[in-house]
Amino acid sequence: MGRRKFLGGAAAGVVAGAATTVGGGESQAQTKSDATKPDADSLYHSHEGGSLSHSLLPSDPALRVKAMETLLLEKGLIDAAAVDALIDQYENKLGPKIGAAVVAKAWVDSAFKKSLMEDAAKALTSIGITGNGAEQMIAVENTDEVHNVVVCTLCSCYPWAVLGLPPAWYKSEAYRSRVVREPRKVLAEFGVKLPEQAKVRVWDSNSEMRYLVVPQRPKGTETMSEAQLAALVTRDSMIGTGIPAV
Amino acid sequence: MNGMHDVGGMDGFGPIDIEKNEPVFHHPWESKAFAMNMLMFGWRKWNVDKFRSSIEKLTPRQYLALSYYQRWVTSLADRGIEAGLFTAEEVKAGHAAPGSPKLTPPIKAEMIPVRFKTPRNYARPVDTKPMYKVGDKIRTVTDSPEGHTRLPRYARGRDGVIIHYHGATVFADSSANGNENPQHLYAVRFSARELWGQQGDPRDSVTLDLYEPYFQHG
Repeated sequence: MGRRKFLGGAAAGVVAGAATTVGGGESQAQTKSDATKPDADSLYHSHEGGSLSHSLLPSDPALRVKAMETLLLEKGLIDAAAVDALIDQYENKLGPKIGAAVVAKAWVDSAFKKSLMEDAAKALTSIGITGNGAEQMIAVENTDEVHNVVVCTLCSCYPWAVLGLPPAWYKSEAYRSRVVREPRKVLAEFGVKLPEQAKVRVWDSNSEMRYLVVPQRPKGTETMSEAQLAALVTRDSMIGTGIPAV
Repeated sequence: MNGMHDVGGMDGFGPIDIEKNEPVFHHPWESKAFAMNMLMFGWRKWNVDKFRSSIEKLTPRQYLALSYYQRWVTSLADRGIEAGLFTAEEVKAGHAAPGSPKLTPPIKAEMIPVRFKTPRNYARPVDTKPMYKVGDKIRTVTDSPEGHTRLPRYARGRDGVIIHYHGATVFADSSANGNENPQHLYAVRFSARELWGQQGDPRDSVTLDLYEPYFQHG
């Protein structure tokens, strides 16, 4: 108990040192961190480097965000109504229904599909989908021979324009680390079974290019309308971790 | 940089945690962290490459201790301090310093439709011709730059084939420091065998978008 109390005090001292020496005071902060080097706890809380703010902000996530929100509002940097409007946009307006409509249209309209595969950005603009990276879209098509799956190993790049924000699993270290090395095992966890001859093509979205998988149209859907077909197109099928089913 | 963010090919993170009917945000604070970050781009003090770079600067322990949107809000504080929008003392206090000037006008709701419907185009004109064409074989560099890079460790020093030329675009590595320094960008396919040796399935491949400076020339 005594040790922990001591460590807490040491960490707080270092934090205060850092806070008062921003902008030219790194050497002083460094000296202080050296003094506490043997203690793993204080290193963690202060000067293993990395983010300065991590040690300044409350550790509770909700309080951390509240502190930053309060500061940005008080500074006049953002407007409270803008925060709500932006959340509404991404929570309710964007989403995989946009992509599902694109895929269904490609399934029934061969001219549109040709245009989508040749220049997805242009094809999306032609049906009014712009912004949020639509200009950088590339469509890749699944066939009996090729199965495509999309990831961003370095962060969380994702085709917002057609799918909205990514699910938590897409951003997880588990998915990002594994799908490039063992895509078949990962696909099996999603319940995706591939024909024996199928090649798996993984697309690591590491530039500003954004990838949309065009899944295969399920058999037995010949009489369905475009709207009925769109309802079959899941988010995961457009990432490559799902297969549309009737 | 060789940071914790560069996880491609690592072991030990376990099975994929798949959630049925997942909400866009799991907590109100996640949506706020997201929205604040998006709005703050409007001040044009940093771009998306600087944004990513600031998250990569988290130490491995910080990176893994923080959830996705906690990384966003924590790095937002770092970026704001560095850009001079507020001070470390103000971040610690969670309030503007008494008497500090307001940085108006704020980013307002009516700006959102305009901003997010505006095409984002990373294509840039360059004076040089692309050195490579579709079908060419290339080998990637083995560099470990201190700063931002979009060449993950698992694809360094590897042989691949160019399958598409995207044109010249903003170069992420330079852009993170505010210099667009446009470069030719290609889609390059690597066989799973080339990347992972015997553990790679001979049927499979990984394709990355790579800037020309990522290739060993000659």
